[in-house]
Amino acid sequence: MKLTFRKEAYLLLEDGTWCKGSSIGKPGTTTGEICFNTGMTGYQEIYTDPSYYKQIIINTTAHIGNYGTKNEEQESDGVKFSGLVCRNFSDVYSRKDASGSLQEYLERNNITGIADVDTRWLVRHIRHKGAMNAIISSEITNLEELKTELAKVPSMKGLELSGEVSTKEPYYVGSEENPYRIAVLDLGIKKSILDNLVQRGAYCKVFPAKTTFEVMNEWRPHGYFISNGPGDPAVTTYAIETVRKILYYNLPLFGICLGHQILAEANGVKTYKMHNGHRGLNHPVKNLITGRSEITSQNHGFAVDLEAVKSNPDLEVTHINLNDNTIEGIRMKNKKAFSVQYHPESSPGPHDSRYLFDQFISMLQ
Amino acid sequence: MPRDNSIKSVLIIGSGPIIIGQACEFDYSGSQAARSLREEGIEVTLINSNPATIMTDSVTADNVYLWPLEKKSIIKILEKHKHIDAVLPTMGGQTALNLAIECEKAGIWKKYGVRIIGVDIKAIETTEDREKFRLKMLELGIGVCKGETATSFLQGKEIAQEIGFPLVIRPSFTLGGTGGGFVNSPDKFDAALTAGLHASPIHEVLIEQSIVGWKEYELELLRDNLGNVIIVCSIENFDPMGIHTGDSITVAPAMTLPDTIYQKMRDMAIKMMNGIGQFAGGCNVQFALNPDTNDIIGIEINPRVSRSSALASKATGYPIAKVAAKLAIGYNLDEIPNAITKTTSAYFEPALDYVVVKVPRWNFDKFKGADKTLGLQMKSVGEAMGIGRNFQEALQKACQSLEIRRNGLGADGKELTDLEKITHSLENPSSDRLFHIKDAFHMGMSFKNIQQLTKIDKWFLSQIEELYLIDKEIQKYDINTIPEHLLRTAKQKGYADRQIAHLLGCLESHVFDKRMQLGIKRVYKLVDTCAAEFEAKTPYYYSTFDGENESIVSDRKKIVVLGSGPNRIGQGIEFDYCCVHGVLAAKECGYETIMINCNPETVSTDFDIADKLYFEPVFWEHIYEIILHEKPEGVIVQLGGQTALKLAEKLHRYGIKIIGTSFQSLDLAEDRGSFSTLLKENNIPYPKFGTVQSAEEAIELSKELGFPLLVRPSYVLGGQSMKIVINEKELEEHVINILKDMPENKILIDHFLDGAIEAEADAICDGEDVYIIGIMEHVEPAGIHSGDSNAVLPPFNLGNLEIKQIEQHTKKIALALNTVGLINIQFAVKDEVVYVIEANPRASRTVPFICKAYREPYVNYATKVMLGDKKVKDFKFNPHKEGYAIKVPVFSFNKFPNVNKELGPEMKSTGEAIYFIKDLDDEFFEKIYSERNLYLSR
Repeated sequence: MKLTFRKEAYLLLEDGTWCKGSSIGKPGTTTGEICFNTGMTGYQEIYTDPSYYKQIIINTTAHIGNYGTKNEEQESDGVKFSGLVCRNFSDVYSRKDASGSLQEYLERNNITGIADVDTRWLVRHIRHKGAMNAIISSEITNLEELKTELAKVPSMKGLELSGEVSTKEPYYVGSEENPYRIAVLDLGIKKSILDNLVQRGAYCKVFPAKTTFEVMNEWRPHGYFISNGPGDPAVTTYAIETVRKILYYNLPLFGICLGHQILAEANGVKTYKMHNGHRGLNHPVKNLITGRSEITSQNHGFAVDLEAVKSNPDLEVTHINLNDNTIEGIRMKNKKAFSVQYHPESSPGPHDSRYLFDQFISMLQ
Repeated sequence: MPRDNSIKSVLIIGSGPIIIGQACEFDYSGSQAARSLREEGIEVTLINSNPATIMTDSVTADNVYLWPLEKKSIIKILEKHKHIDAVLPTMGGQTALNLAIECEKAGIWKKYGVRIIGVDIKAIETTEDREKFRLKMLELGIGVCKGETATSFLQGKEIAQEIGFPLVIRPSFTLGGTGGGFVNSPDKFDAALTAGLHASPIHEVLIEQSIVGWKEYELELLRDNLGNVIIVCSIENFDPMGIHTGDSITVAPAMTLPDTIYQKMRDMAIKMMNGIGQFAGGCNVQFALNPDTNDIIGIEINPRVSRSSALASKATGYPIAKVAAKLAIGYNLDEIPNAITKTTSAYFEPALDYVVVKVPRWNFDKFKGADKTLGLQMKSVGEAMGIGRNFQEALQKACQSLEIRRNGLGADGKELTDLEKITHSLENPSSDRLFHIKDAFHMGMSFKNIQQLTKIDKWFLSQIEELYLIDKEIQKYDINTIPEHLLRTAKQKGYADRQIAHLLGCLESHVFDKRMQLGIKRVYKLVDTCAAEFEAKTPYYYSTFDGENESIVSDRKKIVVLGSGPNRIGQGIEFDYCCVHGVLAAKECGYETIMINCNPETVSTDFDIADKLYFEPVFWEHIYEIILHEKPEGVIVQLGGQTALKLAEKLHRYGIKIIGTSFQSLDLAEDRGSFSTLLKENNIPYPKFGTVQSAEEAIELSKELGFPLLVRPSYVLGGQSMKIVINEKELEEHVINILKDMPENKILIDHFLDGAIEAEADAICDGEDVYIIGIMEHVEPAGIHSGDSNAVLPPFNLGNLEIKQIEQHTKKIALALNTVGLINIQFAVKDEVVYVIEANPRASRTVPFICKAYREPYVNYATKVMLGDKKVKDFKFNPHKEGYAIKVPVFSFNKFPNVNKELGPEMKSTGEAIYFIKDLDDEFFEKIYSERNLYLSR
């Protein structure tokens, strides 16, 4: 081992806040909406989750990289987030079955990051000021130039991104022999959602984001799954339209995260951009039907309007967040459709909520 | 389910005296639980025989019984308080659980209509019985250590074949694991099996799969009546399997676990807790992980609040005991608010944005001849915790907190350079292995070799290797040439100014001045359970070198109370008791109180005791920077024992006000020459004495003083290296020994008053008036350290004349020393003359004992006197005097099978109990009196 001091890098936020740190990953420049994740494990799963598309992530846990990376722990076909901010970045890793270090991994995937930053200060700042765009660079050291570059980045509000991360062609997951055919609308799906469905006897056909109901229905699925994904739900109009039709024919439907927001939108319920979103592995959710609570994995910057759900005669709130009472789950009163805001597949995160997949499968029987 | 309203009065069982393996963490848990229940309007009755505890204060509970933890005491309490409807036995360690089980078996709870809450007796049985535990785990599908018992050679061979190597042989019914051991290969097995079978009195051995070297983890769980479970904290052991977790360096959160494996462990932990019984409360689960295969084995499960839960509470800010008590009375987790944020829910899992490292504190120097190798039995007496923004910072802060005269991890000139010794230490872990790992890097030992010898995870070792590289980098410079980024990096990685000064070859103050010029200052971050996601309302801070400072200084007048650091022999929970009361009293006087301490087991480090808690080493530079930041009116040093007191000189030198007795007086009392002049001037007798700095001078002096002599170094704790010698040969040997450990120490030599009776007095003085709070007579003769003696309050065998002399001497000395606050004076009484042996103008070990015996808040009074808020004459003293109270020392010799119980001038006891007697005809008193000379040695 040799003592190395990394090259300098800069981080600039939309509101002019900036700091210096060390360059990690691939040297260069990157931009995105800056948000924080408080999980203490599971960085690789986070970086490959398509919902983080075009986002710069602050990992709040003190050390990142300690256990390297492993090819099998990808949540999609590649790295999806756009930049990393952390306190301590570890080149050295310890894990017998690791595929390599996080540094090699980021370099290979063209991800630029910054370490040795007071992440806690940043989180407190974002907590007060709300989510905003940011730029990381190890090349541009002039603040004015950084500002010019940052100004080119569009706001996440009103941004449709699912089309960009979704599969281009339909594909199948699971065995054809499996009893339940599930049509999956891929708005940026995580691999472990499909794994959870398949483990429970599903044969999934994953469709591109902009697939119409008619095309999906041709496959004669037993049920529909609307996935998570990045961007503003309100402008993902094509998916809202698809869901409306599924509901019209009263077919079983389960939505996660963006899929949950789209189910709400399809019922005329508005979504809104949250101050700084929920991102972490420790969010408390209460199931109002059973009275039991679960520790959930979350990653969302938009949410469903609580009052609008309460006043909607077709909808019912099934789950709420115990920290801030935001909506975590809804179901339709007279239809076989339900959705949750959080991630029951929870990779990374606790496995408390996997019963929701059982619930969906039992709807198909 | 909301709170169960049928519970109106709860009995909490404490853990008794402090012994190795069961320390003051249970004062923390008992106090939190009591406060938590009383918040709900529940009446709390407490039983604990340990007087030096906050839990047994009237501020904590409604009814307090300082009685022995026995069935009889429980019956007496239940007879008296017929309305007690529940007992909470999970807050007092194994002692409380065992007593609860004993009472259950005797049908006592049933007879008095008392429910056990917080645990299920069947769950305890499952977890205590190795075989039941194993079967339960197999039933739940949890991996356990493979193992079987053999009663014959043939059977043993068969089992070994099934399990494979390496394995462990554990003979049944032998003390301390005699005759057992690890067997790595088949060729060594036959001999080991034969030896094991012979060693066991019933010729039975347990043959078990060896998991030495696997990684070790702990999870802290809470569960409510609905079945909601949270994991409060994951803890990773730096030391792999094979060393008791209490003797392991531990780290939170887990550092080297990927999410996939962590979640598997989390699922298993929940399954295990659900599997052993349905109860609402806390639980600790331990796992071993095979780093090669990722196999996970369940090691044990403790259905109660433990040492690890105290650590987890302090590490995360999540008050486990407080919440566990609420769960026990029926609340569900989602109904309880998060005590730190106050706005979010207690049903969540804390997220940390810092690292916590706990390092145990050993006291092998007190147990001559003890086996110092760490293994399956716990040997440490206390622990210190460091919080930092990275592992290295937290580790070095923990080392700075240990009070072992190290300034961090090495870089202090105390490195070991004997490669053979280092190799042995790496392979056979003892108290200083951590330091020797770094020494091994310095000696050029290869990373691979170090890893093979220690089996410590590569990531941890590389962190230490990096510190070694930084040492070498710093050494390339001097104070004028060291680059700013290197100095900043070193500070961020936890280096003390002293370490950097050592590496640069300059003074500590030069490093301090240089970094102040460069603006490299400590900032303070909050422990908030949520990684800053939500706003936190609780002022619980740690220092680091980072961007933003979160500790906002108020404009109130402030007082700093210095804590007593890690528990060790001679400095235990008594001082934490005093600190807590000091804080509460200063609050009453209108001050904002600031607590500085680094012991995770204590009540003083609960975030709701002081107005501001800095969880920091009680180490000069940390304290000084807090003082520079907070600008308090002064610092209270006389409540935190020797740890706090020895910082007085430097505080004084830096112009910081010491509250109460001044540094000059503290120094006068410690300096034997000036002190005896003071005694002479006041016509107070004292044993003839002198100071020497060589063996030759000592022999010269002995001719003048006459044998026997009491020999000891100056400025030490608990009679460290204190010895009685009877001839020149012994004298010479001991002086040489002391000088070897502490070169340039001034050695004190007193004429030893053979056969004298020892007594001591504690008093409060405001500089004008003196009030003696208690006089105690020791049952054992002079020569046994006061901390190891049975002390009787008031004296049982001293005449009026003698007591009068004690009173007069005490008052004279207290005034002559200009004492403001507490003072303790030790006496030897021989032939009706009372000699003064020493005076300590500070809170002593006996103060909490007197407070409890006389039911008076003396520390509160003394603090108000120190602060100048009150005079001695302002108080209406009203001690409750009835019969006698005995302070009974409790030892942990059974943890060291090779060490004889021998008592002398050096303190050996780890804890104490209080025992009340009506008169001297008491059986217990008769027993200790008749045995008073039994253990005396030199």
